Amino acid sequence: MILQQQISVELNMRNSPSDPPCQSALFKGGHQNITFHQHVNPSQFIVWELLQDGPICRRLFSNSGNFWHTGTISCNIPELAAEMIHSLFLINHSGDIFLEKHWKSVISRSVCDYFFEAKEKAVDPENVSPVLQTPHHYLITIYRDKLFFLSVIQTEVPPLFVIEFLHRVADTIQDYFGECSESVIMDNVVTVYELLEEMLDNGFPLATESNVLKEMIRPPTILRSVVNTLTGGSNVGDTLPTGQLSNIPWRRAGVKYTNNEAYFDVIEEIDAILDKSGSTVFAEIQGVIEACVRLTGMPDLTLSFMNPRLLDDVSFHPCVRFKRWESERVLSFIPPDGNFTLMNYHVSSQNLVAIPVYVKQSITFFEMGPCGRLDITIGPKQTMGKTVEALMVTIHMPKAVLSANLTPTQGNYTYDLATKVLVWDIGKLNPQKLPNLRGSLSLQAGAPKPEDNPSLNIDLKIQQVAISGLKVSRLDMYGEKYKPFKGVKYLTKAGKFQVRT
Amino acid sequence: MDYGTFQLPLLFMSSMGHDDLKEMLDSNKDSLKLEAMKRIVAMIARGKNTSDLFPAVVKNVACKNIEVKKLVYVYLVRYAEEQQDLALLSISTFQRGLKDPNQLIRASALRVLSSIRVTIIVPIMMLAIKEAASDMSPYVRKTAAHAIPKLYSLDPEQKDQLIEVIEKLLADKTTLVAGSVVMAFEEVCPERIDLIHKNYRKLCNLLIDVEEWGQVVIINMLTRYARTQFLNPNMNGSDKTFYDKKAEAPAMAKRKPYVMDPDHRLLLRNTKPLLQSRNAAVVMAVAQLYFHLAPKAEVGVIAKALVRLLRSHRFTEVFVLSSCRYVSQGMFEPYLKSFYIRSTDPTQIKVLKLEVLTNLANETNISTILREFQTYIKSMDKDFVAATIQAIGRCATNIGEVRDTCLNGLVQLLSNRDELVVAESVVVIKKLLQMQPEKHSDIIKHMAKLTDNIQVPMARASILWLIGEYCEHVPKIAPDVLRKMAKSFTNEEDIVKLQIINLAAKLYLTNSKQTKLLTQYVLNLAKYDQNYDIRDRARFIRQLIVPTEKSGALSKYAKKLFLALKPAPVLESPFKDRDHFQLGSLSHLLNAKAGGYQELPDWPEAAPDPSVRNVEVKDSVRAVGTVIYRDTGVLWQSSEEEERKHERKSKQRKSESESESDEEEDSESESSQTESEDSESEAEVKKKKKVLKKTHFKHSNMNICMYSCQCSFISFQAAESKPPSKPVKKDNKKEKKEMSLLDLDDCNSHANMYRPFLHLLLCLQTISPSSALKSYEMLHRITGEGLSVEYCFSRQPFSPDANMVAVQMQFTNNATSDTKNLHMEDVKLQSGMRVKEFPEIELLPAGEMVTAVMGIDFCDSTQAANFQLCTHTRKFFVSIQPPVGELMRPVFLTENEFKKEQGQLMGMNEITEKITLDVKCRNEHSIVQRVITAANLSRVPCGSDKECRFAGRTVTSSSLVLVTVATKEEGAAKLTINCEKMVIGTMLVKDILLALTQ
Repeated sequence: MILQQQISVELNMRNSPSDPPCQSALFKGGHQNITFHQHVNPSQFIVWELLQDGPICRRLFSNSGNFWHTGTISCNIPELAAEMIHSLFLINHSGDIFLEKHWKSVISRSVCDYFFEAKEKAVDPENVSPVLQTPHHYLITIYRDKLFFLSVIQTEVPPLFVIEFLHRVADTIQDYFGECSESVIMDNVVTVYELLEEMLDNGFPLATESNVLKEMIRPPTILRSVVNTLTGGSNVGDTLPTGQLSNIPWRRAGVKYTNNEAYFDVIEEIDAILDKSGSTVFAEIQGVIEACVRLTGMPDLTLSFMNPRLLDDVSFHPCVRFKRWESERVLSFIPPDGNFTLMNYHVSSQNLVAIPVYVKQSITFFEMGPCGRLDITIGPKQTMGKTVEALMVTIHMPKAVLSANLTPTQGNYTYDLATKVLVWDIGKLNPQKLPNLRGSLSLQAGAPKPEDNPSLNIDLKIQQVAISGLKVSRLDMYGEKYKPFKGVKYLTKAGKFQVRT
Repeated sequence: MDYGTFQLPLLFMSSMGHDDLKEMLDSNKDSLKLEAMKRIVAMIARGKNTSDLFPAVVKNVACKNIEVKKLVYVYLVRYAEEQQDLALLSISTFQRGLKDPNQLIRASALRVLSSIRVTIIVPIMMLAIKEAASDMSPYVRKTAAHAIPKLYSLDPEQKDQLIEVIEKLLADKTTLVAGSVVMAFEEVCPERIDLIHKNYRKLCNLLIDVEEWGQVVIINMLTRYARTQFLNPNMNGSDKTFYDKKAEAPAMAKRKPYVMDPDHRLLLRNTKPLLQSRNAAVVMAVAQLYFHLAPKAEVGVIAKALVRLLRSHRFTEVFVLSSCRYVSQGMFEPYLKSFYIRSTDPTQIKVLKLEVLTNLANETNISTILREFQTYIKSMDKDFVAATIQAIGRCATNIGEVRDTCLNGLVQLLSNRDELVVAESVVVIKKLLQMQPEKHSDIIKHMAKLTDNIQVPMARASILWLIGEYCEHVPKIAPDVLRKMAKSFTNEEDIVKLQIINLAAKLYLTNSKQTKLLTQYVLNLAKYDQNYDIRDRARFIRQLIVPTEKSGALSKYAKKLFLALKPAPVLESPFKDRDHFQLGSLSHLLNAKAGGYQELPDWPEAAPDPSVRNVEVKDSVRAVGTVIYRDTGVLWQSSEEEERKHERKSKQRKSESESESDEEEDSESESSQTESEDSESEAEVKKKKKVLKKTHFKHSNMNICMYSCQCSFISFQAAESKPPSKPVKKDNKKEKKEMSLLDLDDCNSHANMYRPFLHLLLCLQTISPSSALKSYEMLHRITGEGLSVEYCFSRQPFSPDANMVAVQMQFTNNATSDTKNLHMEDVKLQSGMRVKEFPEIELLPAGEMVTAVMGIDFCDSTQAANFQLCTHTRKFFVSIQPPVGELMRPVFLTENEFKKEQGQLMGMNEITEKITLDVKCRNEHSIVQRVITAANLSRVPCGSDKECRFAGRTVTSSSLVLVTVATKEEGAAKLTINCEKMVIGTMLVKDILLALTQ
């Protein structure tokens, strides 16, 4: 049985073991921690340590000097009071805890040792198990932007709830400070701490909408930090948020802009696996519509598509009205103020997914002698008449490959000896003159020939086109009278685009 | 302010005292105090101890500067427990805050007060929570809900009092409070399921507008609730459930036909759209709800959403994959390729995906999966290759047809250079062979040949074991192998030597004639081996198998010892047997009960009384009003248009929110509105309507809003002037007739008289323009021998298929005996038409009435759908023929869009008709009323009051249908219809003409 339940302690204090008790006290408390502090009377402190699993208690420290303490502890265990998230630790890549926040009682940072142990074993941070079980706690961790967000929980809670919340924390930090890194967090440690305080109350999420948070704790801007230094002003909002109070919690009231604008970015990523011969094993399109809406008042927007039936599966920001989508396939919503993700969608492999490039490759390792050959050519396939840009090929070479001696016809390549990663940065794809990379690979002498060929990961970008063919047909605004500036941008990228060899 | 500048001094500060900070805190300047507090909080954030500053900090709790104050709160919450006496000094500040006129100050005071873990203030906290629970501001009430578990963990003896507060807050009708109070309920008194009854329907209806975190908590709680209150939907007939086999036996005995409780359906219906949430936790919560509560046929809807989650953050992926493993009952089959593995996936994801793929394998897709596995085997990640080999083994065990293919593939792997791969393959082959050794003597032979080439000791050893074990199947080769091995014995690895001895012993026992000498030779070699294990083994075996006078009783049993039949190993997933935990829970993930885990109860054998969830109708209607945003589809319209009477009610919350932002005392306005609903005076009612009129809605969407609301059931019935369903039936029989006769325009003057029905009526007007739902007879009760069926076109989107028209049927059993197994058969359709049958109705007791919805794709034609309606005794030929007006669904267009579209549909696509309007139908209102009754179109805003415009699209082909009625003097009017489909256009002209002229 885990401790952390309600414990009542009865103490009898004597001056020596044989004396009758001269003072007794009964106290109770829910304590998550092993250390147990009690202020018995104003001049005496005793600190007790409770040992788990039994009615034993041990005196650790007393300032009363000549008292002997015997105690009986009765553990009355009610239904365990559940809570969601107990504590959060932020840990950097090298394993230093640089921020901790406790929403209930304080949990010693030594719980993180279990995590460090697991991290040590996993070699790659990507491989650390997201949920770890320790004798008294569960640790749920996410890894983002080279930081670990480690949360400590004690009782049953849907793990995705915690994972999703941790991501929300990271998103919020990103949103506030532009990036989510140790240095940025430490530069703004007080703001981050206050944010965490607002986001969770007693382990349960309170305010997680960035619009609401920004009203309570203003994000730093250069101008404001200058003004604050001069005037001693603060970045805590002195008016309190209206968003929490309205029925549209994601939007604050009284938004005003001189330039009213609504921009939407339709970004699609192609996830694909191509086999050796270039035919598609699996392909699908992940799309997202990022919005940047700066509109005065309470606008009610309707975004419609030319071809909404294309979308196979969608998920929405809470502002989107489900029923209108179901009945009319339009997005009807009162937008949050600022940047947000309006919807995510998915075009499945059933619809033919256009593959923008083809790859001709041959990577061979010779049986004789420690060397191999590599020859890769990339050409355009279905690019919708647009130019393929930012083309890049990444290859994770087998361990035995020592170095690469290659000649690219376009762009340049690097081979990292430590990680065995070959990166060929091509840039723009010119259909008249196809980029080619060829040359020899040298292998470690004596090492056996690698069993298989490494697969190629491809990165690319195509501007001004959504590869699925999705098109926004119109944006209408109701509820406000002014004419906003509107715009839609399209972009296609390679997601997890892999060519097997 | 740049906090970075503090970083250097901070490093030194921890070792020094905090005297300078104390000085700064004692100063008069806010800026100094602020700086000090910031430094202190930064230290707390780094886990440094600053408790010695407590007295200096607590003094500033009453500081005027809001930022200093906030940081002091942060400090207090952190250290109050350690410095209780001093913390008490600050309490009075919070008590004052609780009385502040500003709701946010009240809320924050309560938040901090309840976070101070000092037992002595329990009574103060209790009092504060009780007061806050009846605060006017929903935000303060939300904070009160948050404070409940805090107090409970501080002093569990307060439980009873806290439950009272929870009960009160559960009755709250705002979305803001709902999530937090259910969280408090789950933490304090999850066993008091009775508190939920009265709030069940309200929670279901509010759910969609609750914030995401609250949704998760509510859905999980409702899952448990439903398991205690409803019957297992998968219990009837041969429909075996995969997770509830235990409950089946008693159910079979009773064999009562199953009818799903409407409340059960309500929960499933209202949670389904949340599968589209951006929040993975919400999606998972709905998925588990469907998994545990939905009829088996409906569980499939969660597959798509779960596959979507796979593409979010990586740890989400890990988690979802580990849940998918248990759910993969074929429903992920269409998404097979989403589980394909990329070489860049981390190992744990690879292994999980492999697991899912293996579970999905069946006769039809196994070849695809095996081909995919083949590429995995070449991977550089050797752990993954090993896992793949095991997966192949499992596929081979489960699917007999591919066993040989798999075996051959695995045999090829034996020549792999990697020891791990070979060892793993040999192990798997060994297991597969053990299942049917007699069929595979050739493979054993093949493996025997491999001994010449394979150098990996583990693999050599395994092969030798196999030959020894099945030496009867390869009687000729085995001795030869032993001969070769004896030759190379001295050069072999220890592990191989042991197996050589083993082989020799087995051969000696079965075929001593040929191998006696060889065995002796091997044993002699072993006797002088360097390794004592081998020497021991040789000695032991010699004693056992070679009979001498000294050898004891054991040698008699040598054959039994060596040649016992070894059971084939079971190849099964390492992740079996986890389905007794609630899907998506921590316990499920860890396969161990986590503290605070609440068992999902088994379905009850008999349904508890469903009437406990009934609430007074008036209340329920108000709860509908609380559904604000997401599922309404309500649109705000430009205010040029004159509002229509029937457009006025619907979503009153929207208007509240509007007035809230206008008025200063926002929360009050809301409560006053709530009060006005309770009040009996007519004046109040009128006032309320005035408020409501402020908002403009588009009526075509209004019918949608009713779709999910709890009283839709009641209201539908009423709209069709059918006897209202149970809750209404009993209380209000008398008013029923009057209600249906009531002219909608009169409801103001009659308001007092029909007070109990006012809400219902207002509500009805919003559903559809009152009498719009015309019902048709499908089966007369005389022809139907007591069974009568009427149908109407409900004008709801038919969710399973957007191309279908929803047909709502109402079955009434007028006979004296029960009708059973109502279903349809033998559907005869014109080509292209499709029908989605309504679910079979198990039982229709005498005198009762049920409704069911079916979907028909009429292919934009008015051809009838013919089918047989079958009961357990009879079959009736029936048909459904749609009026052309039902073959479309409303779309919303603006005036400009309308004109633009109309411009593109000229010439042949335009039909114009001059008409003279009916005398009663010369005002705009009645024109709109009649057109909308005749056809399922929506009104398009229009600048001139001489013209009414309507727009819709045909259901199947989505062709636009535009209708214009331009009125002139003396009731003359021009009706124009623009439609791509001329047939539809012509028919529609006739129908509308009829509607307007008669």
